[in-house]
Amino acid sequence: MSEKKTNRRDFLFTATYAVGAVGLGATVWPMIDQMNPDASVKALASTEVDVSSVTPGKTITVLWRGKPVFIRRRTQDEITDARSVKLEDLKDPQKDEDRAKDPEWLVMLGVCTHLGCVPLDQKGDYNGWFCPCHGSHYDTSGRIRKGPAPTNMEVPKYEFVNANTIKIG
Amino acid sequence: MKNFFKILLLTHFLFVVSLSSNAAEKVEYLKTDWTFKGLFGKFDRGSLQRGYQVYTEVCAACHSMKYVSYRNLAEKGGPEFSVEQAKAIAASFEVKDGPNADGEMFTRPGKLSDKFVMPYENVKAAQAANGGAYPPDMSVLVKARGGGANYIYSLLQGYEDPPIGITLDEGVHYNKYMYGNKIKMANPLSDGLIEYADGTTASVEQMSKDVTTFLTWAAEPHLEARHRMGFKAVVYLIILTILVYFSMKRIWSRIETEV
Amino acid sequence: MSDQEYIPKSKFGKWFNDRLPLLTLASHLTDYPTPKNLNYWWTFGGILTFCLITQIVTGLTLAMHYIAHADMAFESVEHIMRDVNYGWLIRYIHANGASMFFLAVYIHIFRSLFYGSYKSPREIIWIIGIIIYLLMMAAAFMGYVLPWGQMSFWGATVITNLFSAIPLVGEGIVTWLWGGYSVDNPTLTRFFTLHYLIPFLILGLVVLHIWALHVPGNNNPIGIDVKKPSKDTVPFHPYIVIKDGFALLMFMIVFAFFVFYAPNILGHADNYIEADPLVTPAHIVPEWYLLPFYAILRSVPDKLLGVVAMLSAILILAALPWLDTSKIRSAVFRPLYKQFYWILVADVLILGYVGAMPAEGLYLLIARVATAYYFLHFLLILPILGLKEKTLPVPLSITEPILGGSPNLATAKNKEKLNN
Repeated sequence: MSEKKTNRRDFLFTATYAVGAVGLGATVWPMIDQMNPDASVKALASTEVDVSSVTPGKTITVLWRGKPVFIRRRTQDEITDARSVKLEDLKDPQKDEDRAKDPEWLVMLGVCTHLGCVPLDQKGDYNGWFCPCHGSHYDTSGRIRKGPAPTNMEVPKYEFVNANTIKIG
Repeated sequence: MKNFFKILLLTHFLFVVSLSSNAAEKVEYLKTDWTFKGLFGKFDRGSLQRGYQVYTEVCAACHSMKYVSYRNLAEKGGPEFSVEQAKAIAASFEVKDGPNADGEMFTRPGKLSDKFVMPYENVKAAQAANGGAYPPDMSVLVKARGGGANYIYSLLQGYEDPPIGITLDEGVHYNKYMYGNKIKMANPLSDGLIEYADGTTASVEQMSKDVTTFLTWAAEPHLEARHRMGFKAVVYLIILTILVYFSMKRIWSRIETEV
Repeated sequence: MSDQEYIPKSKFGKWFNDRLPLLTLASHLTDYPTPKNLNYWWTFGGILTFCLITQIVTGLTLAMHYIAHADMAFESVEHIMRDVNYGWLIRYIHANGASMFFLAVYIHIFRSLFYGSYKSPREIIWIIGIIIYLLMMAAAFMGYVLPWGQMSFWGATVITNLFSAIPLVGEGIVTWLWGGYSVDNPTLTRFFTLHYLIPFLILGLVVLHIWALHVPGNNNPIGIDVKKPSKDTVPFHPYIVIKDGFALLMFMIVFAFFVFYAPNILGHADNYIEADPLVTPAHIVPEWYLLPFYAILRSVPDKLLGVVAMLSAILILAALPWLDTSKIRSAVFRPLYKQFYWILVADVLILGYVGAMPAEGLYLLIARVATAYYFLHFLLILPILGLKEKTLPVPLSITEPILGGSPNLATAKNKEKLNN
C-alpha cells in the first residue's frame, strides 16, 4: 500500500518536471530562432548581375548575401593553366571543368576559406588569387595551392539567365 | 483559490477601463461576421485575395502599403496566392532600383522581395496631389484606428449626404463614421466598381468586407500563427498548472497547514 | 544569516565554498524559514521576479533588431512584427509584459499596505521597493517612446515638459533632456540607452530588496513576529517554491490571454501611426498603470503645483512607515484601518478611471476630490488612526491563534465567514 503511494508520488513529480521542462524548451526556442536570418533576408537570397561589360582578363566583384562574389572572364592562358593541373598536386582535388561549366567564366565566392578575408586578384605564386591575411595562394581556378586555407574557394549556385546576365543563388 | 477570482476580477476591471478609454466616441460601428475573430479565428482566403484586388485596383491609387512585400502574398496565413501568381503580381509593377554601374537609377519589374510600390514618392508629394491631406499608409491602418476592422468596414459604407445645416468645403465629404464626420477622401466604392476574378458580385458591402479583411491581415500577418500558438500555450499552461497544483498539495500534506 | 553554519559535503565543495560561499548562499535560500501561513498575495514577489526576467530577456532579443533612430524606429518595429522569426511573439510579450509587471507590482504594494509589511523592522525593504517602482515607471515610459508612434512622441513631449514647471531652470532642463528644441532623434537615442540600463539597476535593487527581506524574514497575514526556524515556519524550498510556482502559472495564463488574444488592447491605436511633430492625437492618455498619477497631475490647476502633487503622491509612500503610527501590522486586527484601506483602493481605482477621461466637468471634480482624499489618507487618517483605533487581540504565534478552534488562522476565519 505505502509502496504504491510512493510510486504515484514519484510519477506526479516526474510528470510535473517533465511537462515543465518541455515548456521551458518551447519558450527558449523563439529566443534562439530570432537570431536566425529573418524572412526579409531569406527573400534576398538571389541576385542578378549584368556581365556584358566584362571583357576577357577582367574580374568584377559583386555583393551577394553580404559577401563578395568574383566573376572573372578568363583568358585562354588561364583556362589552359587551370585545366592542365594534375589532381594529385591539389590540396583539395577538384577538376576545373566542375568549377567552371563555361570555361570562360569563373564565378566564385571571393572569400578565403581560411578565416574569411577577401583574396587579391591576379596575385600570388599561381597567377590566381592571394590572400593577404595569412598567405594563401589560389590558382586561376580559385583552388588552394599553398598556404593555410583548407579548401578551394566556394562556387555558388548560379546560372546564365541569358548571354549577358548571371543569376547567383 | 478564491483570491485568484479577485485577481481575475481586477484584471477584468482594468480591461474594461482600457476599453472604455479607447472607445471615447459613442458611434456604433457596423459589424459583420469576421472569420478572424475568436480563439481559432482564421482569415478567409477568398476574401483576402479579393481584398487584395480591391486594394490594388482602388485604394492603391492614393494609399501606400510600404511595410508589406509581394512575397507576403504567397506566405502561409495570408492570401496564399501561389508563388507563381505572386511573382506575376510583383512583375506587373515597375520598381525603381539602382544606382547601376553608371550611377543612374533605373526601373525594373518587381520581385518577390520588393515592398509594395508606393503611389507617391513621399508624403509631401502625396499631400500635394490630394489637396493637402495625406492618404495614410495602409500597412498597419487597422491597428492604428480605435475601432479596428469594424471602423474601416463602416467608414467605407458611411458616406451620406450631409444633414441639413452642415455645409462642406470644396473637396470635403460627409461620412457618419469619420471622426468629426468630415473626410477628404471621396466615396471610393460603388456597386460593380471592379470585376472580381472569382466572379463574386462586387457590391459595396462585399468590397468593404474583403478589403478590410485584407487590411487586417496586412496589419497583423501572423494572426493565424498567433491564434494557433495561443491555444497550444494556454492548454499547456492549464495542464502544467493542474500538475503543479497536485504536486503542491502533496508537498504541503507533509505538514498540517492548508495551502 | 542561517542559524547553523553550512558545511559542504564534498571536499571540492568545501574548498570552493571557503573561497566563494556560493553554496552557503544556496543553502540559505533553500532553507530560508518562511512563515507557513503566507497566503497567495505573498506569491507576487516571485511573480515580479519572473516579470523582470521576462522583460530583460525579451528586451535583449528585441534590441538585436530594433533601430534607435527617428527615421527608422517605427519601420524596425514593423520589421520585428513581420519578418523576424517569432518577432511578433517577443514584442507582444514585452509590450504586454510591462502591463503585467505593473499589475503585479500594484498587487504587491497593496498587499504590503494591507498587512503592514512596511513597518518596523522592514522600512528599508519598503523604501527600496519604492525606488524600484519609480525606476519601473521611468523604464516603462521610455520604453513606450521607442516604437516612435504618435503616442510615443506626444507622450514623450508631455512628460518631458513636466520639467519645465521647475522655476528658472525648467526650460533649460527640458532642452537638455531633449538634446534639441523638441523631442527628436537625440531624445530617442538617449531614451533607448536609459531604457536598456534601468532594468539592470532594478535587478540590482531587487537583490538588495530580497537581502533586506531575509534579515528580519517575511511578514505574514497576522503580522506578528515569527520565531525562525520554528513550527511556525517552513523551509522556502520546496514549500514556498511550489506555491509560488503554482501562482505564477495562474498568472501566466492571464498573461498568455493578453499576448495571444488581445495583444493591443492595453495599448493605444494611435501608436501605430508614425510620429508626426505637426499633429497631436485627439486623446493623449498615458498607459493604464500611470493613470492615477496622471489624474492627480491634471486635478491641480497650477502647472508647478500639479507636478509637485503628482511627485508627492509617489514620494509620500516612502514616508509611510513613519506616517502610520499603529504598532499592529496586519489590517486583520485593525477593523477601522481595514475600512480605510478599501476606501483607498477604491480611491486609486477612481483616480485611474478619471485619468482616462477628459479633464473637464464632473470628471475633473471627481479627480479633485479623489486627489484630496489620497493625501488625506496618508497625512491625516493614518497618523490619527494609529493612535485612536481599538485593535483586536493579536495571537501569540501562528500555530496558537486566539480565533476559532482550527490550528490555522485562515481556515478559522473562513469558518467564521461561513457561519455568519
